[in-house]
Order: sequence, then C-alpha cells, then structure tokens
Amino acid sequence: MSSALLLTEGVNKSFGAVTAARDVSVAVPSGAIWSLIGSNGAGKTTFVNMVTGYIKPETGRIVFDGADITGLSPRQITRLGIRRSFQIPQLCAELSVLENMLVSQSINRGQKPSLWRPGRAAEHVDEAMQVLERFRIADNRNRLMSELSAGVRKLLDIAMAISGTPRVMLLDEPTSGVAAEEKFPLMDLVMEALSASDVTVLFVEHDMDIVTRYSQRVLAFYDGEIIANDAPEDVLSDEAVQRYVTGTAK
Amino acid sequence: MMDLIFPRSVPLACALSLVVLVVIGLVLPEWAMFLATMAFAKGMVALGVVCLMRAGLVSFGQGLYYCIGAYVSGLMATWAGVTDIFLLSFLGILASGMIAAIFGPLLATYRGIFFAILYGTLSKMTVLGGTDGLNVSAPTFLGYHPEGPALGLSLYLFTCATVVVFGGLVRIFFDSERGLIALAIRDNELRVEYLGASVRSEIAVTYVIAAIAGGIGGVISGAAIGHVDPEYAYWTTSGEFVFVAILSGYFSIRAVFLGSIVLEIVRSFSNLYFPNTWQMSLGIFLLVVILLLPNGLGSLLSRSDKSESSQ
Repeated sequence: MSSALLLTEGVNKSFGAVTAARDVSVAVPSGAIWSLIGSNGAGKTTFVNMVTGYIKPETGRIVFDGADITGLSPRQITRLGIRRSFQIPQLCAELSVLENMLVSQSINRGQKPSLWRPGRAAEHVDEAMQVLERFRIADNRNRLMSELSAGVRKLLDIAMAISGTPRVMLLDEPTSGVAAEEKFPLMDLVMEALSASDVTVLFVEHDMDIVTRYSQRVLAFYDGEIIANDAPEDVLSDEAVQRYVTGTAK
Repeated sequence: MMDLIFPRSVPLACALSLVVLVVIGLVLPEWAMFLATMAFAKGMVALGVVCLMRAGLVSFGQGLYYCIGAYVSGLMATWAGVTDIFLLSFLGILASGMIAAIFGPLLATYRGIFFAILYGTLSKMTVLGGTDGLNVSAPTFLGYHPEGPALGLSLYLFTCATVVVFGGLVRIFFDSERGLIALAIRDNELRVEYLGASVRSEIAVTYVIAAIAGGIGGVISGAAIGHVDPEYAYWTTSGEFVFVAILSGYFSIRAVFLGSIVLEIVRSFSNLYFPNTWQMSLGIFLLVVILLLPNGLGSLLSRSDKSESSQ
C-alpha cells in the first residue's frame, strides 16, 4: 500500500440519506490505467470529486505521493499534479479552441501567469497547437464551443487538463455523449496522447468493451462501496458486479 | 492601410493616438475641450468597469474610486497645498490602489448581483467634507501655472497623455496571460480553478487595476471641474460608467473613450434641447445601441481583441 501514488483510506461521504462513498479504500500505483464502473449514483463521480478536492470526505483520508491531500482545494490538488476532465466538458464557451488551450498553458507554464507577457505570443500558440495536433483537433483552432462536435469537446477538455506536468489523470466518462463509432477512435487518441505524458490514468466508463480494452484493473462501485477491485475479466465475471453493475447476471 | 489606422504594436498605437488627440486639441473650441477632458476622465473610470466586465463582473460601485481620486485632488490642495497634477495623479493612484487592495480580496469572493450590490454599498460609505463637498484649486504642471484657456489646453493635453499611457498599459494587460485568464473566468471559473489558477486572486488584481483607473479619472475630473462632492460616489454616477461600458463593449479600449465622448455629447445636447427628458433620450440611445450593436461600439472596430485572436 505504501508504494501507491494515490491512496484513499476509509473515505466516507453522504448527501443526506444517500451514501455516496462508504469506506472507500484503494491504492493506485504509479503508471496504472484503471477504470471505474458502476451504475448511475454508485459513487464514481463522487470518488473523482473527492480526489480532486471538489467534495471533502466526512471521514478517511486521501494521500497523494505520500502527502495527505484531504480537504485541499481543487486548485491546490491540480498544482500537485492531479488533473481531471469532466463528464460534461468544462470549456470556455466564448473563447476559441486555441484560446481555451492557451488559457490552460498560461496557468501551467511553471511560472505565475503574467500581467504583461502576451497570452497569444507566437511561441505559446506553437506550443498550444502542438497539443491540439497531438489530439488531432488542431483544425478546429478558431472554432467556438457551440461549433464543435461532442467528441472534439471531450478531446479539448482532456487536452486542457494535461497541460504542465500531470501525474494522475481522472477522466470522467470520456466517451459519454460521443457517437458509438467514435468511441474507440477517441479512446485510442486519448490513451496515445496520455502515454506520451507518462501519467497514471483513472477513467469512469459505462461501456464494458472500452473498460476491457483499455484498463489494467477495474474498480466496481455500488451504493458508494467498491464491490470489486481486480483485473477486468475477473471483475466483469464477478456475480455482484453482474447483478448490480452490468446487469448480466443470470 | 488598416495597420496604419489600427497598428498592432501598442507603443505605435499609443504614439499615433496621442498625435491625433493633440492635433484635435489644438483646433477644439474651449467648451469642446472641456467636454473632451471630462469624457476622457470618465472614460478612464469606465475602462475600469470594462476590466471587471471582462472577468464577468458588473460594478455599480466604480464611483467609489472616482470619488477617492477626486477627493485626493481636493484634499491635498486644501491640506498640503499640493496642486501639481502629476503628483496628484500619483497620489490618486496610490490611494485608490491601496483601498482596492484592502477591499479587493473581500469583494473577489462575490459574484453577479451580490458583487454589484456589495460594491455599490461600499461606495455609499464615502462621504467627505460634508454634502457640499469642497473646492479644488487649479492644477499646476511641474511648476507651470497656466490660466484661462491655457489651463484648459494644458489639462486636456495631460488627460490625453494619461489616457494614452494608461490605455496602452491596459491593452497590454488585456492581451496578457492574466487578461486571457480573466476572459476564461467570465466563461467558466470552475474550470479555471481546476486548471490550477486562483480565480479570487485574478479578480482581486483586476479589481485593483479598475480602481486605479477610477482614481486617475477622479483626479482629472476634480481638477477640471474645480469642485468635488459626495455625488461622485453615488450609484447613479457609477451607473453612468456602466452605461459607457455597455455602450462600448469589452473588446476595444478605443471604444471605451469613444463611448464616453458619445455619452457626453448626447447628454450635453439632450440637456440643451430636451432639458426635461434628456435622461429618456439617453435611455433610448442605449437601447438602440444594445439592439443594433449587442457587443458595443467596440465591435465596429475591425481590430477588436476577439477578431484578432481568432485570425
């Protein structure tokens, strides 16, 4: 457990009568690519929100690289290297794709954003374009969010999150809202881009084909609890998972 | 040709603007010069509102810093005999900047109508020298004591130089990394926090810049009118600056001063020809602008921030 990059110990969180996290304990090693599965309301996004500081757990602790990060703000946690993308892409609607990327890079350039250094300097635009090209969305550089497909929005959301030096990336349903035929190409692209950053990945997913294909290990949530934590084939053949998550129990 | 009219280089644009303003000043009649001086002074305050608008904040309290700047010029002349406009401007910047540095972090935690109301309430607390206000001595210029028309021209030229220099600095801020982040905050501050920036800090910095703009505008107004009173801080005065900011939009700095001049002209002539309904005339004018130019006069300028960035 001590070699884990990200560790949660006995984390609990309730919203009134609803238990969103019940004694959640998990140890994620560096370089892992794990997926989080579960039906709606099972506690997956609550887990992501607690790790990234949006929600504070009532009890338990969250440790990143040996340091207790429980209760830190999203900004502080982001600065430590834990990044996230969102189920509904969180983009700046009145800025272009390129400008969204420039905002992300201005914040994560390793020095404080400047009052006089141009935000759209040629070298910054080049850097941003390299990332957009890595995600193959550079053609959309001048488009506003309302002009983008769901897939491009998802990719931009993820591209913005990996600026700087991320160490853990939490992807909240990266393929939701994306056309079925675009899901695998999108995940191929994301995984290829993230592999270049040498980052530990946790992704929330409902599509079991994607879970099986891309993750080394699966955490299955039900009613705020982790009911299975194993290799994909073992988790997906687990009786409780089949009953409560995948709905394939006979 | 367009590059000559709207130079991309900020220093070149500032130099060109200053030359044009000086030439115009040499041919303006005295009444128009006063009108232009006041329009530019108020334009400075409205520029502060525009800074806040870019970060998604509406301010009905910008009159506070306008008032602080004006009172600095009045009180320093009365108490310390300081009449030099350069020194008064510096003191106006110092006073407004320091007060904003105290209130900025507090206000930066509020958004939307709460920010507007709290800021407006803060501005109402400023009452100095009684409700009659106080007189302001004629300004001097590094030892030069102009009188009559020369005073008006000197103040106009000082105002133009201040507007050009401060406008240039604000242009650099708008184009900077922090300026870009302010636009992102306007759109989605949750994402900005999740990218690792402090929204509160960004807003506090923007607030201080806006306050400094207000302070300079107040110093110039006080010197131009020769009298300051608490009405400078009233929310209706702040409403005028919001009016100019809406009229000009937040894309262009030139548009802010153009909007301020348009407002002064419309007000002066409406006041002259429709003394009982001039406020209605202003309201109709603003409605027409909002309907025809929802992004303000700035959207007419081809080199707006937006179009430049998307090219």
